[in-house]
Amino acid sequence: MAKDRDQLDSFLAQDYQHGFVTDIESDTFEPGLNEDIIRRLSAIKGEPEFLLAWRLKAFEHWKTLEEPRWSTVHFPAIDYQALSYYAAPKNKKEGPKSLDEVDPELLKTYAKLGIPLREQELLAGVAVDAVFDSVSVATTFKAKLAEVGIIFCSFSEAVREHPELVRQYLGTVVPYRDNFFATLNSAVFSDGSFVYIPKGVRCPMELSTYFRINAASTGQFERTLIIADVGSYVSYLEGCTAPMRDENQLHAAVVELIALDDAQIKYSTVQNWYPGDKNGKGGIYNFVTKRGACRGKNSKISWTQIETGSAITWKYPSVILQGDHSVGEFYSVALTNHYQQADTGTKMIHLGKNTHSTIISKGISAGQSQNSYRGLVRIAPTATNARNYTQCDSMLMGHESSANTFPYIEVKNPTAQLEHEATTSKISEEQLFYCQQRGLDLEDAVSMIVNGFCKQVLKELPMEFAVEATKLLGLSLEGSVG
Amino acid sequence: MLKIKKLNVAVNGQAILKGINLSVNAGEVHAIMGPNGSGKSTLSKVLAGHPAYEVQSGAVTYQGDDLLPLPPEKRAQAGIFLSFQYPVEIPGVTNINFLKAAVNSVRKGQGIKPLDAIDFLSFIREKCKLLDMDESFLYRSINEGFSGGEKKRNEILQLLALEPHLAILDETDSGLDIDALQVIARGINSMRASTRAIILVTHYQRLLDYIEPDFVHVLVNGQIVRSGDKTLAHELEKKGYGWLLESEQL
Repeated sequence: MAKDRDQLDSFLAQDYQHGFVTDIESDTFEPGLNEDIIRRLSAIKGEPEFLLAWRLKAFEHWKTLEEPRWSTVHFPAIDYQALSYYAAPKNKKEGPKSLDEVDPELLKTYAKLGIPLREQELLAGVAVDAVFDSVSVATTFKAKLAEVGIIFCSFSEAVREHPELVRQYLGTVVPYRDNFFATLNSAVFSDGSFVYIPKGVRCPMELSTYFRINAASTGQFERTLIIADVGSYVSYLEGCTAPMRDENQLHAAVVELIALDDAQIKYSTVQNWYPGDKNGKGGIYNFVTKRGACRGKNSKISWTQIETGSAITWKYPSVILQGDHSVGEFYSVALTNHYQQADTGTKMIHLGKNTHSTIISKGISAGQSQNSYRGLVRIAPTATNARNYTQCDSMLMGHESSANTFPYIEVKNPTAQLEHEATTSKISEEQLFYCQQRGLDLEDAVSMIVNGFCKQVLKELPMEFAVEATKLLGLSLEGSVG
Repeated sequence: MLKIKKLNVAVNGQAILKGINLSVNAGEVHAIMGPNGSGKSTLSKVLAGHPAYEVQSGAVTYQGDDLLPLPPEKRAQAGIFLSFQYPVEIPGVTNINFLKAAVNSVRKGQGIKPLDAIDFLSFIREKCKLLDMDESFLYRSINEGFSGGEKKRNEILQLLALEPHLAILDETDSGLDIDALQVIARGINSMRASTRAIILVTHYQRLLDYIEPDFVHVLVNGQIVRSGDKTLAHELEKKGYGWLLESEQL
């Protein structure tokens, strides 16, 4: 443990050295977290007074909190004073100059996923000229969205251009006091995405497909806020299917979704950050708070996540079913290999009448990894005729991996109907042999069996995402069998 | 096509096959009969390359080449097919996707152009018809919720689709009613060809009423104790395996 701590410390210290020794940029903060840092951060971004006040309240509260330790994940203590809380814009000079300098393993993965060359450069953080196509692509789409009144921009831009919307909704789903990491995020968040879909508008495209690169450099404390006004619909895709080069070890993002009457939000994530090497060294800590509020009647929020990356994934995309007849869904695949740890699941909080929720969770653990489903279904006294269906399936590969299921159920209304199913299976030698006997090689056989296992979740993904995710599941398990 | 010489095989250190010799030529149908635990299924699985079976000594050549170093998928791609006694279920993977992947892997292994989705569909529909299988079978998960008879029929569908050079059918007749047996026999007979060899592994003479073998071998306690033509199967049916065991000891 002590050794791990040293590793992390030196990792964080590295950042620190860079800041001073190589290039002293006026807009990179020295490491440390205090009120002055937050004031400077807010000032640089030109934020209105209400936001600074909110950040400071969060910071005051954060100082009273301790890092949570209740989950099954293990990680060395993080020194929050050793982090730098503002580094903008990303220093391209330190990145690789061309794809020739990028880890060939990473490039092999991109090739297998069929990622276009230009995008590969971006994902790998190659220092390409700033004026280039993805920016113009972004602008084109933005104009098209603006025609129907959709606002889709960075969080900072939203704070400048639409402060009233930010003020009205920020922190209404995930309050600044929510939990250690969300509180920290509230105090120091750097940037993120903002979406507003006006009344009755059906967003004409999957948001973020073309913007995934832009979002990549928003840093470790990302904040996303999506508002679907009455009768609107939006499908939002987060992240990308290729492993991203990323130097930040800790990611503590917050995502808030708000669906008003008859509105629908579909939020899909494919997370494939650096998981650490085969021996469990390095990798991202992904400690994220994601929550949606079905605030209006007949509203619907659907989370779909494919989690294959990060050394530690710790997140519970949840839905508060406030409006009558609202619907919450959670479809999840969490795949862990080598020494990865995942503790993920959802919370469905039923408040309104006739609210329905569905939870389908598929956990796959290979290598020495550890994979837990943790979920809460709460039926409040007000939630007459609430229903929930939960299905948690775990698949184990190899002899050293583990899978846990922690379902929490709280029912305070006698009319509720809940179903819970859980299975644990092992990918069997007989299944593999059967596929091989029919001519499939081992990798294809594993990929086919795993994809079959995850089918209920994969079919919830938008088409082009699903194709990449299918390939990704196979890739993430390479070398885990046999 | 297939030559087995003095093959000794163990599972978990226990000897199962003890010096098997067998020669199978293209165009022939061989039946391997024997009581429970005699090593019939072991022989089938060893030929297909199952990792749990250790070859301790002996040699197997297939089309003139050493078969034993090849992994299971290479054997399949070289045209060896095993119909499983207990086909496994693979939830979430549809039959049609699996069949298409299998057919195209084998074609790729043999340097033939893969079939596209449309060609494959018409190809596989024809095979379904031959086996009186409803097309809805194609869209179900592999063997999931299939009855015993449906699983066996599905194995034969795969046989027809993969068009192997050497087909090893392990207890394909077990658990079938007489109608299903006839359908399956029809499927297997349709595969008889001068370029193809078939090995039928069975308990009973019953299957051989529908698929006439050229040779019958009796496997007892890991050894082939008697070989003959189809009349041997009839004799066995009358006298039981005990008859051979006794004559062995004499």
